[in-house]
Amino acid sequence: MSLWNEFKDEFKLDVLKEVGNIGAGHAATALSRILNHPVDMSVPTVSLVPFEEIADRVGGAEQVVIAVFLRVEGDAPGNMFFIIREDSAKRLLRNLLSIDTEEGAYSDMELSALNEIGNILAGSYLSSLADFTKLAMTPTVPSLAIDMAGAILSYGLLQFGQMGDAALLIETKFLEDRDTVEGQFFLIPDPESFEKIFRALGVPGS
Amino acid sequence: MTELIKVGMADWKIASSGDVLKTTGLGSCVGLTLYDGAAKIAGMAHIMLPSSEIAREEQFNRAKYADTALPDMLQAMIAAGASRRRLVAKLAGGAQMFAFAGQDTMRIGPRNVETCKMMLASLDIPLIAEDTGANYGRTIELDSTTGVLTIRSIQYGTKEL
Repeated sequence: MSLWNEFKDEFKLDVLKEVGNIGAGHAATALSRILNHPVDMSVPTVSLVPFEEIADRVGGAEQVVIAVFLRVEGDAPGNMFFIIREDSAKRLLRNLLSIDTEEGAYSDMELSALNEIGNILAGSYLSSLADFTKLAMTPTVPSLAIDMAGAILSYGLLQFGQMGDAALLIETKFLEDRDTVEGQFFLIPDPESFEKIFRALGVPGS
Repeated sequence: MTELIKVGMADWKIASSGDVLKTTGLGSCVGLTLYDGAAKIAGMAHIMLPSSEIAREEQFNRAKYADTALPDMLQAMIAAGASRRRLVAKLAGGAQMFAFAGQDTMRIGPRNVETCKMMLASLDIPLIAEDTGANYGRTIELDSTTGVLTIRSIQYGTKEL
């Protein structure tokens, strides 16, 4: 299948890495403004991940995570997740709202704040990507879930499910103090979107 | 010695002699289980999509789709000594993890459940219990000694079907 062959092309993978770099870079800046302290980010990784292994990226299929999911609509549709672990989320809420948070429970206010943070970050990720590629990309209204990583992430794989048993994942981690992972961004473009992204960026042979 | 047999995403396995089948993190995916209580043979499929008609790959993984996974698993169970007339089915999963109005792919959970039920009806296998739908993830275990299906979720803890 030609799509899978494309992902063996190092140059194209580098282009996708740059896509992740630009998007997440803007999102990290937005997050550091919200928190009023610097947020580092990892070098993006772009990889073709078997469905079975995707949940391992966030601690295993049963790891409880907080995920803001939104669908990317427009010229290059796809799925996007902003994922944070519970302890990071609580710290984020304390810093942002200056309220005492309770472990394992979330008020409506906290859920709404987390959803809004996801919304802001995904919005800045996508708008910088849209500027860079000149493709129209707009996020849907975000939706928040606190559940098993496997159950959440499998939702973003359905478009790939019809094509094979792996999905191409553009992943960036936000770091606090260099090594504590604050959150992760997953962009999973639909299989049909890659050609459009490559063409928009003038990749030869696309 | 009871063994725990893990069923991956888009995968199915069968078990007997007291072994336990387990699949983790079912969201919109469906866990379809079959059990023959006399032969003590159990089968579990972790189904991702309803129908292989939508497959856009030439050689697709038959365990991924409800309409191909169920007949394959059924055949393997019969070959292992299960009787088709004694088989009963239980279903779990098929949640709608995120709510988006008007998007068909996002309704995949309920469609997976519907297709499994249609397939079971056409094969004359009774569905004796289900815990499907809603908006949360599930981890399930099927004990081949008893046929009991244990369902665990973050919000609601553990329950048995």
